[in-house]
Amino acid sequence: MTRLSWFNVVSLTLGFAFLYIPMIILVIFSFNESKLVTVWAGFSTKWYGELLQNEAFLNAAWVTLKVAVFSSTIATVLGTMAAYVMVRGGRFLGRTLFSGMIYAPLVMPEVITGLSLLLLFIGIGLDRGVLTIVLAHTTFSMCYVSVVVSSRLVTFDRSLEEAALDLGCSPAQAFRLVTLPIIAPAVVAGWLLAFTLSLDDLVIASFTSGPSATTLPIKIFSAVRLGVSPEINALSTIMIGIVTVGVIVASLVSKRNSVRQQQEEQAAARAQ
Amino acid sequence: MNSTVFAPWDDPQEKPLIRFRNVTKRFGDFTAIDNLSLDIYQREFFALLGPSGCGKTTMMRLLAGFDNPTEGRIELSGQNIVPVPPNKRAVNMMFQSYALFPHLSVWDNIAFGLRRDNMPKHDLADRVEEMLKLTRLEKFARRKPHQISGGQRQRVALARSLAKAPKLLLLDEPLGALDKKLRQDTQFELMDIQEKTGTTFVIVTHDQEEAMTVASRVAVMDEGKLIQVATPDRIYENPESVYVADFIGDVNIIEGRASAQGEDTYRIDWAEGQAPLLATSPRPFSDGDTCHLAIRPEKITISADRPEDAANAVQGKVHDIAYLGNLSTYHVELASGAIIKAQTANTRRISRRSFTWEDPVWLSWTATAGVLLAN
Repeated sequence: MTRLSWFNVVSLTLGFAFLYIPMIILVIFSFNESKLVTVWAGFSTKWYGELLQNEAFLNAAWVTLKVAVFSSTIATVLGTMAAYVMVRGGRFLGRTLFSGMIYAPLVMPEVITGLSLLLLFIGIGLDRGVLTIVLAHTTFSMCYVSVVVSSRLVTFDRSLEEAALDLGCSPAQAFRLVTLPIIAPAVVAGWLLAFTLSLDDLVIASFTSGPSATTLPIKIFSAVRLGVSPEINALSTIMIGIVTVGVIVASLVSKRNSVRQQQEEQAAARAQ
Repeated sequence: MNSTVFAPWDDPQEKPLIRFRNVTKRFGDFTAIDNLSLDIYQREFFALLGPSGCGKTTMMRLLAGFDNPTEGRIELSGQNIVPVPPNKRAVNMMFQSYALFPHLSVWDNIAFGLRRDNMPKHDLADRVEEMLKLTRLEKFARRKPHQISGGQRQRVALARSLAKAPKLLLLDEPLGALDKKLRQDTQFELMDIQEKTGTTFVIVTHDQEEAMTVASRVAVMDEGKLIQVATPDRIYENPESVYVADFIGDVNIIEGRASAQGEDTYRIDWAEGQAPLLATSPRPFSDGDTCHLAIRPEKITISADRPEDAANAVQGKVHDIAYLGNLSTYHVELASGAIIKAQTANTRRISRRSFTWEDPVWLSWTATAGVLLAN
């Protein structure tokens, strides 16, 4: 391992400071006694308590969670199907057009996606609420899922599926019993990606949400416009905490898996 | 029919298990299989042999049902199987990559096909144990495919494809991934298992030695056509074309003009200033026809003096010696510049070798040693 030079230490510190000091300040001020965000008046957890009393925030959190779960699940199903068709469908008429249209939302400005969805929903007379947000989120997160899943399918050994057919599976059984368990990590990763995207989306949700349903990012954004309150800080701290725990758990699990697989492979090599 | 010789292809009463009838398979403009007809019989160990791209793998995929012929019929036990999807065919395949399911244990891999048939639990366990025993994998039943060695994986793939007791087992380059020593052992193991189970095996290989070792009959293919279908010894001793003679083993090909000289015997004028050669052939040649004498290096005798009463003898000098341990191949350059290979067994120690580089030697062979081919 190379020794850290003086220059490296300084640049590393500056880099991390730039990334994390804002968040650290936010966390510290969430425990502030005072109502003024910028003046420290002693340690307190009262804003967390008040947060739990705030119906509007709790409702928004609940809506966000529902939207994220439904939209990411639908997006995973559709995105996996799209990926499967693109990788396995062979050359069919309009294949290039199909794949282009699947990937288009990746580069489409969110404002335009949101606006066009809004026009559509008004046009067909669909009341804006949880359903419209779910539809909108499914539309834009599906392409992320299909990118993740198709990159796994490209390296998937086709003969595994043929072996399943050869041993008596119908094509649907072959997918369920062989393909899906093997690509499951990519499907789960795609779901998590879609879930996260839906969780923190502000632009598209603000176009497609209605008075009956507001998501947390919209709520926070509109609250901040009236001034940053310590409650928002508390809420943000909770979200940072959840994300941090999630990331740490995911990396621990994948590390343990790779260590175990390595040990098993070494054992197999010794057994030869 | 003599009961000790297995030769159903010579018995007109015997019904073939598989019939290819004028099968053609095209991929776009490319013709992979060209109007091919072939019969394969029950209990045969049939080898499809040929260079890569000759259509042998396509034949296998047609049998498994992964591809469908563009024209023609394929029959299994008299029934046309072209419209039958792969999961409904009594045919199983062992894949070149083995295609073991990585998320299932060895035991579950073998049980996979049986589960699809809804076999009762008890019978299923018995059958899997039987397969594990047959392939000597009892100790590894609970392991995952990445926890066992390449040779063991190969045996799992074999056990899995045999578990459903298919009428026909297809093996696509089954030993390609193994090293040479393991491959040779496994060839005999395969033959044992084939005999024990009585299953018909069709093997695809580009390794001619492997085909010769395991197969009851060998089909030599090239560019989507069958060049010759015969037992390994007939393929080696009586090739029907220069292509087959050249593809299987080492051979000297001498081109010349034939002229009849008594019954089934021909004189071959082959080079200016060289005495004509004599060869017998059941195949008729007209005087002046171009012919090719194919002769195996081990059928040529090498000596210092001109042998008495040899039907054919030519003189040259030793150009190169390939020492293989048990055998030596001498490359002898004739006055015309042509090189003829002669092989001798090294029954003496190498220091006592009779010939060395640049030695003048005589090569001789009998009139029946070679095969006379038109093309």
